[in-house]
Amino acid sequence: MSKDIHAIASKPYEYGFVTQIESDTMPKGLTEDVVRLISGKKNEPEWMLEYRLKAYRHWLTLTEPHWAKAEYPKINYQDIHYYSAPKITEKKASMDEVDPELKRTFEKLGIPLFEQKKLAGVAVDAIFDSVSVATTFKGKLLEAGVVFCPLSEAIEKYPDLVKKYLGSVVPHTDNFYAALNAAVFTEGSFVFVPKDTVCPMELSTYFRINTQDTGQFERTLIICEENSSVSYLEGCTAPMFDTNQLHAAVVELIALDYANIKYSTVQNWYAGDPETGKGGIYNFVTKRGKCQGKGSKISWTQIETGSAITWKYPSCVLIGDDSVGEFYSVALTNHFQKADTGTKMIHIGKNTRSTIVSKGISAGKSENTYRGLVQINRSAKGAENFTQCDSMLIGKQAIANTLPYIDVRNASSSLGHEASTVKVSQDQLFYFAQRGISMENALQTMINGFCADVFKELPTEFAVEATQLLSLKLENSVG
Amino acid sequence: MVSIQELYAEIEGKSILKGLSLDVKPGEVHAIMGPNGSGKSTLGKILAGHPDYEVTSGSVTFDGGNLLDMDADERARNGVFMAFQYPVEIPGVNNASFLRMSYNAKRKHLGLPEVDPFEFELLLQKQSKLLKLGEGLLDRSVNDGFSGGEKKRNEILQMMLLEPKLVILDETDSGLDIDALRIVAESVNRFKSPDRSFLVITHYQRLLDYIVPDVVHVLANGKIVKTGDHLLVRELEERGYDWLTGAIPSEVGG
Repeated sequence: MSKDIHAIASKPYEYGFVTQIESDTMPKGLTEDVVRLISGKKNEPEWMLEYRLKAYRHWLTLTEPHWAKAEYPKINYQDIHYYSAPKITEKKASMDEVDPELKRTFEKLGIPLFEQKKLAGVAVDAIFDSVSVATTFKGKLLEAGVVFCPLSEAIEKYPDLVKKYLGSVVPHTDNFYAALNAAVFTEGSFVFVPKDTVCPMELSTYFRINTQDTGQFERTLIICEENSSVSYLEGCTAPMFDTNQLHAAVVELIALDYANIKYSTVQNWYAGDPETGKGGIYNFVTKRGKCQGKGSKISWTQIETGSAITWKYPSCVLIGDDSVGEFYSVALTNHFQKADTGTKMIHIGKNTRSTIVSKGISAGKSENTYRGLVQINRSAKGAENFTQCDSMLIGKQAIANTLPYIDVRNASSSLGHEASTVKVSQDQLFYFAQRGISMENALQTMINGFCADVFKELPTEFAVEATQLLSLKLENSVG
Repeated sequence: MVSIQELYAEIEGKSILKGLSLDVKPGEVHAIMGPNGSGKSTLGKILAGHPDYEVTSGSVTFDGGNLLDMDADERARNGVFMAFQYPVEIPGVNNASFLRMSYNAKRKHLGLPEVDPFEFELLLQKQSKLLKLGEGLLDRSVNDGFSGGEKKRNEILQMMLLEPKLVILDETDSGLDIDALRIVAESVNRFKSPDRSFLVITHYQRLLDYIVPDVVHVLANGKIVKTGDHLLVRELEERGYDWLTGAIPSEVGG
């Protein structure tokens, strides 16, 4: 039965190539000296090195957490390169001087590094292994007062801002991976939107892991001052290797009074071999936003499609009265992928509101878990939360779990929780086919319908991309 | 139009069609009747290319080509249409968009430009009025929460839009009240043409009072046991099927 649906040809991961470029890669392993070396490579000030060392020493006292619904062999942290950079002798003054091989890589990935070309209206920071290779539209943004640059540059140029906010949302003591990240992070994006400013364009960062056995530990810090707003998108890809690569990023968002931050992710790391499950990215990420100011708003939208294992919970800490947290997620797993993802909404301020819409799609032999916490503290009088968790099962071997945790400590709050599970049936696909519609289009249409609530939250430039990405990932998956 | 020769088919190892032969010429209406479990609905599904059924031997020629070589969606685009007995619900997929997708898949196959939502809307309004199909049904998800009659009318709407060469009506009368039955039958009759053939699968005479067949076949035990003209319908109504199957009143089921 249903051999037909099993058999639709799978399109291989199209970003799995490796760029041949001379790189400056540190030997594998992590010691205090490696931390010093990373800091030295970046010409960091003393306070930054101290921060890293403190984190490193703390990390040594921690043990790797294993509570997520994903089993994997023990990670050998001494078998990872903590720094790898394409050899660039000096920082380029203009885009034209970026290594042509790197330019070609990002072109192949469909990422425009040339300000004049394509996707006008989106500023891009491109990060290759451990360093940022290009940030576009910098000048135009600065005119508006918006700072958008690699974090290493921010440490140099805006030390006060970095000192004030780095680690203020996700401290190095937060968890095992946050500590590791704080010790060895090599790059990331920094965004600062000053008071009363609407960022004039979409900001976007593309992360690319190229070197084998390299960990990517990027760190993103976004600060929106009073009455300002920004929309930021990150995209990620990696080559195909049969060893696992670790991606342990930290993202911190800070929204002051009436500020609005929209953070979107289209994650397409390499998921491992579809037949054997070998290789792929371990995506262990800590993302958290702090709605510090009154009436501030942080909105997370994520499309998670890649990675062998995804383990992330973009969260909102709602401190300011009337602040708003949102989480819109589509997590798709196929073959042997495992995703344990969701959000945490911590209500502290009065009349804070949060919305969670999670759509999990599981195909093949994959396992997809929604794990979420809604915590309403005593102080959060009149808080409201609405949660909707929907799962779609494709095929007979896929697994979907929903684990909502709700913790309410006052009586004036209200919560709503809805959950559903749908299964794509053979009969539905046959109905499409009988009306002349191919299996690919049928699946794409059904997924679009299922994910519509989330797709509409994506910046328009990326909504189409997301739809295509999902259907691509699902070819050969129904059965 | 369609020529079936000595067709054997099975599902999960259980044989369902056992040497069925049938010839339908362009413009003809054939009725397939028979007791429950005789393989009537299976025949429709096999012609439409349902992947659960395996054809083990025999041939089906459609419009000069080998039908069995084509996937279900290809067959549909080439003009095979089946109105389902139980149209499946597809939550989250808008009915009007679905209809347009299907319509455009066919247009594309014919090398014609696709129609945009506005053009299609006009086309749809005209057709759905003929069927007395409430406009609300177009804005809802495909078949989602439709009544039995609404589902069947939605099937006929698709038939009219897609203008197929071979129409298979699988128990289209089931679940229809007498008024709905009349509307559906009128639409089908209006839709008859010299280059279009119909295979009307039904258990009862009722539908055939409205859609008068040129040829009537009785299917039992996976093959055709009797063929006649429309007068055979009356005879079956009076005598039942047992005298043809030679059986004691038999098993019940789909």
